[in-house]
Parts: sequence; structure tokens; C-alpha cells
Amino acid sequence: MARFAVLVFPGTNCEGDVHHAIETVTGQPAELVWHKEGSLDGFDAAVVPGGFAHGDYLRAGGLARFSPVMEPLIRMAESGRAVAGICNGFQILQEAGLLPGAMLRNESLSYVCRDVRLRVEANSSPLTCGLEPGATLRMPVGHAEGNFRADDDVLEALEADEQVIFRYCDDGGEASDAANPNGSRNNIAGVRNARGNVAALMPHPDRAYEEALGGVDGRRLFESLHRFTES
Amino acid sequence: MSGAATLEAALASGLSTEEFRQIGALLGRPPNPTELGMFSAMWSEHCSYKSSRRHLARFPTESPRVIEGPGENAGAVDIGHGLAAVFKVESHNHPTFIEPFQGAATGVGGILRDIFTMGARPVALMNSLRFGPLSVPKNRALFTGAVAGIANYGNSMGIPTVGGEVFFEDCYSLNPLVNAFALGIAPADRIFRARADAPGSPVWCVGSKTGRDGIHGASMASAAFDEEAEAKRPTVQVGDPFLEKLLMEACLELMRGDALIAVQDMGAAGLTCSTSEVASRGGAGVEIDLDRVAQRETGMNAYEIMLSESQERMLLVVRSGREAEVTRIFDKWDLDAAPIGRVSGDGLLRVRHQGQVAAEVPCRALTDDAPAFDRPAARPSWWPCPEVTPADLTEPTDWNAAIRELAGSPELASRRFVYEQYDHMVRSDTVVRPGGDAGVVRIKGRELGIAMTLDGNGRYTARDPRRGGALAVAEACRNLAAVGATPVGATNCLNFGNPERPEIMWEFTEAIAGMTEALDALAVPITGGNVSFYNETEGQNIFPTPVVGVVGVLDDATRRIAQHFAAASDLLFLAGPGGGDALGASAFLKEHHGRTDGRPPKPDLDAEVRLGAFLRAAGAAGLAASARDLSEGGLAAAAIESLFAPDGSRLGAELELECADRLEGPLFGEGPARALLSVRPGDAEALAGLAAREGVPLAEVGAVGGDALRIRVNGSPAVSLDLEGLADTFRNSLGRMALA
Repeated sequence: MARFAVLVFPGTNCEGDVHHAIETVTGQPAELVWHKEGSLDGFDAAVVPGGFAHGDYLRAGGLARFSPVMEPLIRMAESGRAVAGICNGFQILQEAGLLPGAMLRNESLSYVCRDVRLRVEANSSPLTCGLEPGATLRMPVGHAEGNFRADDDVLEALEADEQVIFRYCDDGGEASDAANPNGSRNNIAGVRNARGNVAALMPHPDRAYEEALGGVDGRRLFESLHRFTES
Repeated sequence: MSGAATLEAALASGLSTEEFRQIGALLGRPPNPTELGMFSAMWSEHCSYKSSRRHLARFPTESPRVIEGPGENAGAVDIGHGLAAVFKVESHNHPTFIEPFQGAATGVGGILRDIFTMGARPVALMNSLRFGPLSVPKNRALFTGAVAGIANYGNSMGIPTVGGEVFFEDCYSLNPLVNAFALGIAPADRIFRARADAPGSPVWCVGSKTGRDGIHGASMASAAFDEEAEAKRPTVQVGDPFLEKLLMEACLELMRGDALIAVQDMGAAGLTCSTSEVASRGGAGVEIDLDRVAQRETGMNAYEIMLSESQERMLLVVRSGREAEVTRIFDKWDLDAAPIGRVSGDGLLRVRHQGQVAAEVPCRALTDDAPAFDRPAARPSWWPCPEVTPADLTEPTDWNAAIRELAGSPELASRRFVYEQYDHMVRSDTVVRPGGDAGVVRIKGRELGIAMTLDGNGRYTARDPRRGGALAVAEACRNLAAVGATPVGATNCLNFGNPERPEIMWEFTEAIAGMTEALDALAVPITGGNVSFYNETEGQNIFPTPVVGVVGVLDDATRRIAQHFAAASDLLFLAGPGGGDALGASAFLKEHHGRTDGRPPKPDLDAEVRLGAFLRAAGAAGLAASARDLSEGGLAAAAIESLFAPDGSRLGAELELECADRLEGPLFGEGPARALLSVRPGDAEALAGLAAREGVPLAEVGAVGGDALRIRVNGSPAVSLDLEGLADTFRNSLGRMALA
């Protein structure tokens, strides 16, 4: 059995979706953990869900790293256990220094909510370990600041080390400009850390885990996360 | 108390000489300036409904499902499974014109407070918008600003926006409309009501601090605009969705226990309205001390504190002895919460400030005793509006061009530019996304689905308010039927011009008569709503624009009818009565001929009832692969909308029409009670049998498939538009116009 922690900051709004998705897909228990908690002992994996933590004041994810729960989260990452972020959770993990890069406002300057297609780039992460590189998945995005940026040398290192795990692509699997919903460099939709136990993406697998929602491709990410905790 | 207010001050605050006299009679003395301000706000059209109350009483408001009808913060209907749907629509027109982003955003914030005040967790939002033509730069700024404001608030709250509508007409250039709808779910036996009836109970103010923003908002929304309108920007409140998210979570957490007697949100007229309404509903009084109200600014006087419309505040009436629970929960969410007074038994709203009594007014005088008018109504001289028929029109010479133009027109182009800025997937319950006839959310762990739609056609109502009112209700119910849902309750937002003009009152009473006829025929009760008068700027009134929000249930959300063509070689059927060729006040007339005249189609309520039953039965039996109601743009628009699914997939279609005369009517006519269905070939016979049983005429009109939209007329090719080009026109035109 694996125990999953789903972190909740004031302003988080996808905790219910992630919680329900984990339990529905993996059959394992998930628990909501309030940001004032000082411990994540006993959890095998933690997911930082989407929303607007602390209102996204200062900048998206910018204040969350001062929440008490971030200290045990960082220790969890250092211990090699799985830490995953979705959307605002990605931004929070970047701000906490657990993942590379930063997010700018979308190139359109608008919030964007629609289905996108993703190409799996590497299966060396907790979110992709059950997936085949080159496979494509469809799921919604919903963000105003998902425009991934990193310096040229950082980007080069990320690519060389296969730390890019998802890229936005078109129906043919091509990482084209037209398929890029936010202007991200190299069409980057998801990355992992160097060690391969912290990973995040901007799109929402937690909105694509049942047929009723118009797609089930998100299930594969939660199945991967479950598999990672057993490895 | 400070000295008496003068008649001049009363007139300047929007009250009439007669109303000033009545206030004196109710108090037995002249009001002081603070009291005058309180009356001015509470007796404003916005708060008192003084021109509309007697007419709204005509709406049907009862059904076995209704738990809470008009009069509370929102209506509530039983949706089975021990649950209630709590919903309402409200206008934020005037603030949006003054400051589009904040004006529209706080409209969303206000309607959400109405919902969670009732103990319901909000699960869906919609909005109905009207702006002037996008060819005018100022209109583009208002449109994009309002959409961004709505997106900012709803997205931050984590509540999906699953539907709505937006239209453009000259008459909205100086007076845009923003009507926001919210729906929440509550246990049917735990609906909270805003009634304080236990004297001695502590009264708390929670949430945001009180500042000087929004003072006079209610009065501002009750007057016509002039060119000084933009100088009124300080009367628009500034929203903080993050704070409201915390307030919502704290209130819902507190409401799970039984520490509260009543909850009332602070919207228009702030503390004045919330205290007097909560007390007068319970037949009680209330005494508050303004020195205990958390304030954002220093030096605020009683008048300012009582009339501030600072957002994200709530008034709680707490059970004596249970204050610690309130403190504990609001501390957890890092929110201000302070007792500011007590419920009293004397029926008075007594306001203390700096050791003095700053105001002392019977609660009922502010609420129930507000004036109610029977304003004169007079049919205008242009009535009745002449019919427009094809004989009055030049026939299009290039049908491909005419259809492409309509597909990319402000009236009919995809609203993708708008709804993709709204988070419509958060909560992972959205099973029919925006872009269909109605939005549908499921309830996790149950089969139940809740469908909702907002509809209104100001052009129809302008040319024939009774027909327009009836057609708005009929279309909303038809939209629900098109996803397979049964309507269970309705809310409405009545946007009209200046009620002091008899022809405006005529429009208003006629529209209500038409809506009532349709609500009765379709057996849908009204559970609440909102009236917005004085939508008049520089002497120009808007089209009378009643917007109807109807909520429906799907006993099995997996049995919803899809909104887009499902498979090539499926057959196309047109369901509904013939004679649907009506072009008066149609989208085709507006976009192709540039005219908004002509009488709208005659409602056929019996046919609507039959069509609704047929569509629901077809959905439940799995016989409809997709369905679309026919409304603006007629058959052509319904076909185009069905081609392009939200996942980016697309399917062509070929329509086969028989036409003895001109083609405009069959293609673009807006006759009511009709729908376009796609059906698997093997199900066609069963569908025809069902239609015969339900008394709905059914005609085969073509098939799904191919790489184009093709239309053959009397066997000859008339239209052929390739999907690639049509997709670009339909999906991207609105965004191009908005960002030009």
C-alpha cells in the first residue's frame, strides 16, 4: 500500500480533483494536508495540486514556499520519495527550488483552458515511469502563467539530461508552435529534477481520469506515480 | 444624533420629495444625514424593486421541488438524492461600464456569496454579456476587460464557468450588460436562511475590512448614466477573489456545525442592507457598534461605514455561547471576524458610533415599508412591429459566402475566445463543456447530472416583448432538452431601460407576461432573480433584455446527449413543426442585411413541451448521437456548431433540403420548438417511432460525413465549404475581432 499526501494551501482549488483522481485510479488512500502541517512522515508520495496558493500574490507560487509544510516537503524530495506538481503545484516547486525554470505569463496574456496534446519525452520520472517515450496524451490545461523559461545553458542541460518529460505537440506528435498554448520554450509542458524523483507539469491529468470528463489519458500519470512508490 | 437632513440632500441622493416626506412620517422626525443615506440606498430601485415588485408577483414560483423561492439570497430546488441546487443570476451592468474588469469581477464575487450564504458549495458559474459592436475600440476594451475580470474571479475561486452567452448590438455601446449566474449544491435539509429571530444573539462581521469603496453603489445602479459616468469610478468596488475563497471555505466549514442562526452577505448597501434585512425577515431588530467594525481606513464616519460596499464581507448571527467556534475557524483561515452587536427585540436598527447613537431606524422601514409603484405603462406608437419576409429582401447571390460570413459573424461565431479564458474544467465534474446548448456538471459518486443554460434575445424582446419573453424561456428549456435534461427551476435577470418612461414599463410588463405564459406551459417555477432598470445612457435605452437561467436534472449524467456530430454516416433529422422560416429580428437579418427589425417568431409552447419530452426520451433511450436546438441562425447555425468538437476533432455534413421558394427561410429561419439531431442509421426507425408517439414531426435532412459542409437544394449542390476554412472562420473570428 502507498500513502499519498495532497497539499492544500489557502487558495489551492484542485485538491479535491487530485484526491479523487488518485483514489479512483490507484485505489490507494490519499490525504489532504493543510499547509501549516510540519510533517509529512508516513507518506510515500506528495502531490502539490493546482489553484492559486496564497492568491498567487507576489507571483504564481511565490509565497507558498514560506508555508510550514514546505520544509518537510523539501526533506521528502531529498530522501528520494516522489514529489509531483500539477499547474500551480509546478510553479510552487519551481519557486521552492525543487524544479528548474520559471513561468512567465502566457504569450497570449490570457488565461487558457482547453485540451492540449502532450508527447512523452522521458520515462525517468514519477509521473512518466509507466509511459512510453513518444506516446501522446490529451488532457486540459488551465493557467495564465505557464510559459516555461530557463537560461540557454540551463535549457541545454535539461535537454541533454532528459529532464524534459512532456512537450506540447499537435495531433501528429509534432512539437509545433501552433500546438504550444502558452509560448513555453522548446514546447516544454513538464520537467523532472536531476535525481528523477521530483516532477511536474502544467496540464491537468486530474481533469482527464474518467470517460465522463472527455478523456482518460491522465490516469496514466497517476498509475506511474503509484508504480514509482512501489519501486 | 447629528442634525436633520434637508430635502435638497434627499433629492441629491436620488430620493423624491414624496419619499423624503414618507421617511419623516415613518420616523416621526426628519432623518439625520446617516439615516438619509441608509434610506437612499435601501429605497433605491436596486435594493427595493419598487417599480417591479408588483409585476414580479405574476411569475409562477411553486412546484413540489421548490425548497426556497424568491426572497432569500438565492432560490433552491430539490434535485433528488437528498440534495438541493441553489442558484441565482444577478446583474452588474453599471459597475462594468465604469470599470469593466473590476465591475464584472465583483459581479461574480457577489453572486457567489449569495450561493454560499445559503450553505451551498458553488459548483458552476455562467454569465450573459452584451456589448456594443466590436468595430468600436471602446467596446473591445469593455468586452475584453469584462471577460478578463470574470475569468480572474471565477478561476481564482476554483469554480468552473460552464456556459453563458454574449451578443453585440449598438444599443449596448454605452450600457453593456453583465449578468452573472452561480449554482451550488447543499444538503436539501441544511439550507441556511437569513433570518435573525433570537434577541440577544451576537451579530458578527467577518471577512474583509470595511473601506470607503463602493459607497453609493446601489444608488449609482439606480440612475441613468450621463457623460460623467466615468467620474463615478470610485463607486465601483475592487474584488479580491483570494479573500473570498478563504471566506467561502471558512463559512462552509462553520455551517457544517450548528453555531449559526443566520448568514447574510454584504453586497449593495453593505452593513445597512445586511443588518436590516436579516432582522426584518425574522421580525427582530439589531443593534451594532461601528467602532467594532474592522476598518481599512482611518477617520471613516458612520455614514461611510454603513454604506460601504467593500467586497468579501459577511454578516453572521451566531448562537449565544458558540462564539469560540467562529473564532477558531476564522483564525484557521487567517480572516478578520469580530462581534459588532446583537439581535434585539425592539425591531429597530440602532447604530452606535463613538459613544453616540448615529442612527435609529425601524428595520421594516428600510425593507418592507419601502415604496412600491404602479408606474404607468403605455404601448408605443410603433406597435405592432411589421413582419419581414424574403420578399422584402435581396436574395444572396453567393450562398457559400453568405454562410461563411454568418459562421464568422459576431452573432454566430464560436465563443471559444471567451470560454477558453474561463476555467471550465476545475472540480473535474464538467461533463458538457461550454460551446454546447447547455453546460452539465456531474456530482461525484452519483449518477446525477445538473444542466444549466442562460438565454435571452434582446432583439426579439425589442420588437415584441411578449414574444421575446416567452421565447427566452422556451429556448432555455429547449437547450436543456438538447442535452437530455428536465428543467426544474429558473432564475431571471430583467435588464431594462428607465422605468419612469411608460413605453419602458410596457416592455417590462409585456415581457413578464410572455415569460409567465412560457413558464406556466413548461411547468418551470421562478425561484429568484434580479431586476436592473435605468439601463439608459445619454437618453438611449438598451433593448429590453430579459435573461433567463434554467436549471435541469439528468438522472443519469452518462446518458447526456452529445453536442457535436459523433460519427460519419449518421443520419440528420430535423425535429419540430414546419413553418420555421421566420426571419423577423433574426441573426441572418442582422448580419447579412444589417437590420434588426421584423417581428420575432410566434412562440409555440405546446410544440416546445412535446419537443422537450421527445428529446429527453431519445436521450434516455440512447437514440440521439447528438442534438442541437435551432435558435439564432436557424438550421445553418445548428449544423455549423455541431461540426467542431471541443477536443479539436471535426466531422463534415451534407444537408438535403427541399425548397419551393427562397432559401433564406429554410436555412436561417428561427421558428421555435425545433432541433437538429444526428442518429446512427440503425436507430432511425426507433427514433421515428418515438417522434410519432410524442407528436413531434421529424424530417430526414441529410447525413454526417465528408470533409466539408455541403448543402443540396432540391437535389442540386448549393453550398460547399471545406471544413478547414470553415473551422478557422467559425472558431477564430470572435478572437480576431476582439483583439483587432
